[in-house]
Amino acid sequence: MDLFTTAVLVLDSTIRLTIPLLFAALAGLYSERAGVFDIGLEGKMLAGAFAAGSIAIVTGSPWLALAGSILIAVLLSLVHGFASITAKGNQIVSGVAINFVAAGLTVLLGQNWFSQGGRTPQLPNTARFNPIELPGAAAARDVPVVGYLYAELISGHSILTYLAFIAVPFSWWALYRTRFGLRLRAVGENPAAVDTAGISVSWLRYRAVICAGIFCGLSGAYLAIAQSAGFIKDMTAGKGYIALAALIFAKWKPVPVMFACLLFGFLDAVAIRLQGTPVPLVGEVPVQIFQALPYILTCILLAGFIGTAIPPKAGGVPYTKER
Amino acid sequence: MNAPVRTVPDADAPAIELVGIDKSFGPVHANKDIHLTVRRGTIHGVIGENGAGKSTLMSILYGFYQADRGEIRVGGRPIVIKDSQAAIAAGIGMVHQHFMLVENFTVLENVMLGAEGGAFLKTGIAKARAELKRLETEYALDVDPDAVIETLPVGRQQRVEILKALYRGADILILDEPTGVLTPAEADHLFRILRVLRDQGKTVILITHKLREIMAITDAVSVMRRGEMVATRTTAETTVEELAELMVGRRVLLKVDKGPAKPGPVALSVRNLTVRDHRGVTMVDDVSFDVRAGEIVGIAGVAGNGQSELLEALAGIRKPASGDILIEGKSTLGADPAMLRRRGLAHVPEDRHHMGLVLKFEEYENSILGYHDDPRFVRGPFLDIEAIRADARDKIAKYDIRPPNPRLKTANFSGGNQQKIVLAREIERDPTVLIIGQPTRGVDIGAIEFIHRRIVEMRDAGKAILLVSVELDEIRALADRVIVMFAGRVVGEKTPEASEQTLGLMMAGIGP
Repeated sequence: MDLFTTAVLVLDSTIRLTIPLLFAALAGLYSERAGVFDIGLEGKMLAGAFAAGSIAIVTGSPWLALAGSILIAVLLSLVHGFASITAKGNQIVSGVAINFVAAGLTVLLGQNWFSQGGRTPQLPNTARFNPIELPGAAAARDVPVVGYLYAELISGHSILTYLAFIAVPFSWWALYRTRFGLRLRAVGENPAAVDTAGISVSWLRYRAVICAGIFCGLSGAYLAIAQSAGFIKDMTAGKGYIALAALIFAKWKPVPVMFACLLFGFLDAVAIRLQGTPVPLVGEVPVQIFQALPYILTCILLAGFIGTAIPPKAGGVPYTKER
Repeated sequence: MNAPVRTVPDADAPAIELVGIDKSFGPVHANKDIHLTVRRGTIHGVIGENGAGKSTLMSILYGFYQADRGEIRVGGRPIVIKDSQAAIAAGIGMVHQHFMLVENFTVLENVMLGAEGGAFLKTGIAKARAELKRLETEYALDVDPDAVIETLPVGRQQRVEILKALYRGADILILDEPTGVLTPAEADHLFRILRVLRDQGKTVILITHKLREIMAITDAVSVMRRGEMVATRTTAETTVEELAELMVGRRVLLKVDKGPAKPGPVALSVRNLTVRDHRGVTMVDDVSFDVRAGEIVGIAGVAGNGQSELLEALAGIRKPASGDILIEGKSTLGADPAMLRRRGLAHVPEDRHHMGLVLKFEEYENSILGYHDDPRFVRGPFLDIEAIRADARDKIAKYDIRPPNPRLKTANFSGGNQQKIVLAREIERDPTVLIIGQPTRGVDIGAIEFIHRRIVEMRDAGKAILLVSVELDEIRALADRVIVMFAGRVVGEKTPEASEQTLGLMMAGIGP
């Protein structure tokens, strides 16, 4: 295989690996810009993925599965919201609790319902989101470089992939060009200013965590019924945390979030590609090194290569009226 | 948001009438049967000590709290203010003591927040820009709508708060302790703005504890004491002395009574001191001065011009980047706060909650904080609790700390009494050098009198005292020499007789 084809293949898998990160990071963006830290992205994705896998196998409809995934993730978001907005609890504890509940309950219910060791049964293609052939892709394939890239890289992804990339400019627009976005950003910086302007801090934050739930549901559904053909135990494998890292790396801004996720996706794709391939001068390298690469890089990047990332000022602090 | 529904007010009716407002928080009766009438087109002052109930009353008016009983009338009509939205709709705007601004937003975004004029910002922005322009010219409020709040000086940030209220169509403007964070020049500018507002027919309610401001700008003044409205006066017909007496409930000595200083040898000497903060920014820049035994040297300056870092360096909490600090001629470099204490330095920190006290401790525990290894208070490896409590009771009696209970949790004392606990602890050690930061911040007028007297007594006993305060009046009343700091540097030294204007200009970096 020549270098160009290899590069395209790596980039293609970069896109596939980026999507769940991107949805999850956008979920975190809405929540954290509103001042609610969300370490429970992982758990919500996992619960969503399980819901999607289960509903898809039972009903055969990917759309119902997607709806179910979003519903479950939103419900978990509301639990997190209740704990951290209404009950003014510790947001980290609440998020971690959601992660534990999701990790345990998905396996328990999966084993109970399907008896396959916690997975959901293999889905037929009709119950999944399948790759979409964009118009003219087949014809363009033979045009060198541009046509080939169009056919291989741009075309041939599921609807959720395109949705994820549309969600980026949409989120930018929603945050910076709408009333909701202005208020959401304000409540993450200074909720007292929002309160004295006569706007309900709680309702605003609840809407923000609901947005987070929707995006987590999309992420989970992508994992279970677009990227794979069913739910597998612990299939999120830390992606929720990587998404949080990407969010910090991108300084809580929508477009940089996309690039950060693409970077992490790319690292993952490279790691997979290099597994079992001898590296020049070094020779065969244990697979684990490559698998660890994205995480090591995350540490390095977060430790100092991005300058100071200033989080939303009111992040993690429940709002109580003064005096 | 929906456009506020405005009732056409009766032209002769008072702007605001409070009738029998009553509010309790658990056992604390914050407002007792308050009656207040504010006439339209006037500046009405509300004064009272901390905890007199001024803020609670205004919070009720702005919809933060609901009164337990009583009626609010705006323009003669009784209304119910159930939240801030309702207050805004009734034409009431509030400028809070701590600004309610989103710091990384622009002026325009802050003004629009909550009154965006539609789900999408585009149309609202154009409208808001035009309206801001109009308000700025009409009321002489010069602010760039595209400036980011955190880049603006506090005086301008406050103008943004006023603009916010006016943008929402406020006819009645409440300002809560508006001059606490301003330089004298900025405060004068604010007063000019308030006069313009009044002349344009707006009603202004000014909450403050500074009597001078009341006399300078208000038309009428109401005095609160312990949750009650004790009097309302026409400003032109009252005096500072009368108001002070009404506030405290007894006669108060406003001027500090002190004879001329008899300076002795140099006790504290600061040489070319440079101090950086945690970000590495130089906050104290090549500062030198001396304090002699038996004199009070005051450091004046607007908060944030290096005074805090200077104090921390002197107290041994922050390591200087360069320069030296000498106590009685010997360098203190490398000494930690405990060693400095043994060498005769006492430190009353600026922020008693943060550095001076552990609020969750009982009073007697705080009364020996930092001196717990004194042989008087220990028995072998253990604290001698009985000795400590006896000592605490002595200090309570001597400093008139109320309630006189060494077992009470420190958080339950008032600000003035908390400050007395710190002062008692530091002064009773009989130090050679006493450095005091903001001795009367958040302290009642009655306690201020006591604290000032104590400081002068210390001076007359031959102690070297360095006083740092953002209250220029306090510096001028207490200090024998005044050093002005601006942007980390000493910009000059004056006698306390120097005019407020001269010192004010120096504090703003203009002059001397």
